[in-house]
Amino acid sequence: MGQQVYQHVLPNGLVLLAERMDHVRSAAMNFLVPAGCAFDPPGRLGTATVLADLITRGAGDRDSRQLSLALDNLGLDRDESVGALNMRFWGSTLARNLPAGLEVYADILRRPRLPEEELEPVQALALQDIQGLEDSPQQKVMVELRRRYYPHPLNQDRRGRAEDIEGLTAEDVRRQYRRLFRPNGAILSVAGAVEWEPLKAQVERLFGDWAKGEELAVTPAAPAPRSEHLHKDTTQTQIALAYPSVPLGHADYYAARAAASVLSGGMSSRLFTEVREKRGLCYSVYASHETFKDRGTMIAYAGTRAERAQETLDVTVGELRRLADGVTDDEVDRVKAGLKSSLIMQEESTSARAGAIATDWYYLGRVRPFEEIQAAIDGLTPAGVLAHLGRHPVRGMTLVTLGPDPLAMPE
Amino acid sequence: MPFHTHTLPNGLRVIAETSPSARSAALGFFVRTGSRDETGPESGVSHFLEHMLFKGTPRRTALDVNLDFDRIGASYNAYTSEENTVYYAAVLPEYLPKAVDILADILRPSLRQEDFDTEKQVILEEIGMYDDQPGWAASDHARRIYYGPHPLGHSVLGSKESITALARDQMHGYFSRRYSPTNIVVSAAGNLDFEHLVKLVSEACGGWERVEAGRPERSEWAGVGGLHVLTREKVQQEHVMLLAGGPPADSPLRYAADTLALAVGDDSGSRLYWALVDPGLAESADCSFYENDGSGCVYTSYSCEPDEAEGNLAVVRKVLAEVQRDGITEAELRQAKSKILSRVVRGSERPMGRMQAIAAAWTYTGEYRDVDTELARFDAVSLADVRAFLDRYPLDRHTTIAFGPAQSLDDVEGKVV
Repeated sequence: MGQQVYQHVLPNGLVLLAERMDHVRSAAMNFLVPAGCAFDPPGRLGTATVLADLITRGAGDRDSRQLSLALDNLGLDRDESVGALNMRFWGSTLARNLPAGLEVYADILRRPRLPEEELEPVQALALQDIQGLEDSPQQKVMVELRRRYYPHPLNQDRRGRAEDIEGLTAEDVRRQYRRLFRPNGAILSVAGAVEWEPLKAQVERLFGDWAKGEELAVTPAAPAPRSEHLHKDTTQTQIALAYPSVPLGHADYYAARAAASVLSGGMSSRLFTEVREKRGLCYSVYASHETFKDRGTMIAYAGTRAERAQETLDVTVGELRRLADGVTDDEVDRVKAGLKSSLIMQEESTSARAGAIATDWYYLGRVRPFEEIQAAIDGLTPAGVLAHLGRHPVRGMTLVTLGPDPLAMPE
Repeated sequence: MPFHTHTLPNGLRVIAETSPSARSAALGFFVRTGSRDETGPESGVSHFLEHMLFKGTPRRTALDVNLDFDRIGASYNAYTSEENTVYYAAVLPEYLPKAVDILADILRPSLRQEDFDTEKQVILEEIGMYDDQPGWAASDHARRIYYGPHPLGHSVLGSKESITALARDQMHGYFSRRYSPTNIVVSAAGNLDFEHLVKLVSEACGGWERVEAGRPERSEWAGVGGLHVLTREKVQQEHVMLLAGGPPADSPLRYAADTLALAVGDDSGSRLYWALVDPGLAESADCSFYENDGSGCVYTSYSCEPDEAEGNLAVVRKVLAEVQRDGITEAELRQAKSKILSRVVRGSERPMGRMQAIAAAWTYTGEYRDVDTELARFDAVSLADVRAFLDRYPLDRHTTIAFGPAQSLDDVEGKVV
């Protein structure tokens, strides 16, 4: 059986995507709403995160407890997460319980109570989240890197600022909800043992009369990345690097992904081999590609005990730069094997597929057929990767370190 | 799903659940060994050895191992717990023979001195990494204190000192003692042919020499009791853990224990969620049942601002005491079962999930449980079963460990760590 993907755009702009998967009993849903933390107003950083928590504390006819109980009784595991541009509502359960779950989510997204009396506990949790970051240096260095690498407001962290969160009122949160929650720009994707026609009818009934809202977009400032060392009395020094690449949808996208995989795709990749396997410099080292619609970025990370941090940085940066000297056939073959295998195994996970079809639509405005992705993978060559690196060389690195001592960027 | 089992003449057991419609196959070597099987000076050797298995064999260098896995696009890794060391790979079905070849080969490692010395640095980095993450340090201390003299309290990572002092020959001695075919289960799930798998495993592992690899100390344990306060000033959040005894993995009470723990401390809609997280008193709160060989554990924990730690401790003790006295309601039982049903079904949809589940069941109880059997057993849990579990393993008979900046808690002075 080939891929069974369905799509429908409601008149109000809400996009419904579904993939029917045989041989599973579950279904996963993924709701993207264009209400990420980049939209947090100045002086109110952290509003999106507070909203994401408050929004499930009562909606429609149900108060906070009734709503939680309704979802629990459906066995619906869920998560609300705040990205730079989107807020994501993820849920997964037995396919037969998904329609009842969608009824509850229609209330959450369209009729949240945003109760004033719940604001204080939500603020307290948001403040603890900020404080908890201090106990998690690996996460902290990435937050600090993105804060310095990306232009405003793409550099805003979902956690916001403590003093802003303390000052938030229920009206601030409600205003943010009214301003950003809308069907146009939102994507609902579902994957698993689902029936398309009843799903489509249900979603039209639940969301068809949701009025369009004003289209809002962020306007990033000009890039002004800066490197910095942040002092912290820790055992390890955290090293984080970022430099420009191409976004998903760009003609060079797969070449950029392949370059990231040569560096960090499996345990035989260059960073793991050179930094960890040969020299024993660290436990964790990686590079990855991340993307917005208008820009892609390569990120690299290593964490190592302070006395070996400079050598770790030197070797890591050396490997990033050495990529342009050449990539072997064998390396590209391994990249292809890894990408092909994960593409096929994705078909065994309802959550992975619900996420993948939403991602496709968000970046490309369509869902790519397997054959297209497969062809892009098959088309990778060492020459293609090198040509990409010629067009987008490894330079302009932003370095953020966290630990006892500053490091010097190698010449 | 069809289940198959076969034992090689040297005692190695091969089990599989086949599913022709799966897109992949998952394969794992489950070695029944971990930190609980280490003697004092060996502390951390199980986990260090797990790393060394990727450093090569007579047929492969360390790089060859990684290259061969990556050439078949495998998703592969390994992990070490207090009582199991597991090496696994998920691959497209056509690559299963290659995956057997690599995994079987690395299970007979060379343990070369030079690789040992380099990898020791990686282990020390891993220890340094966890040292900077208080949540990890906290639970390591909690297990050590709760288990006291019981080997389940042994640290998986070991310490900077024990790893530094460890010699290659000590590791080889441990390997020879523990990696006997009689102590290993090969588990597979997904799109594969069992006869073919047995043939491949027999060829690759049939020559492995068997030795006795027992586990003498499997007694039940209910903790040392008391409140233990560990103070580390550099940390922001206070981590508090309350550990109580629970049924061993082969006890029928495990289903009631799992269900009750979910009702008490799942991350949504549980007693602790409403008591601590919903009102913003603690960033997180959890209650989980850990099944172990011979002795289970019900592990309750929360993390919060240090000022709230004492007040929250009173709340948690009250919740646990109430549950101990009155049990849970019919509605809570139903709610917990709905979650379990959904999680078990979803966890079984990937061969990797089934490979792990059948191996755990087989290793601990010697039985095969398909998904529907497992679901039926959870579904059969009654309030009377929950009561029987609570009577046998009182939830409020706990040992409490606090780790964080608090100088004292409930008038117990903190010990600086």
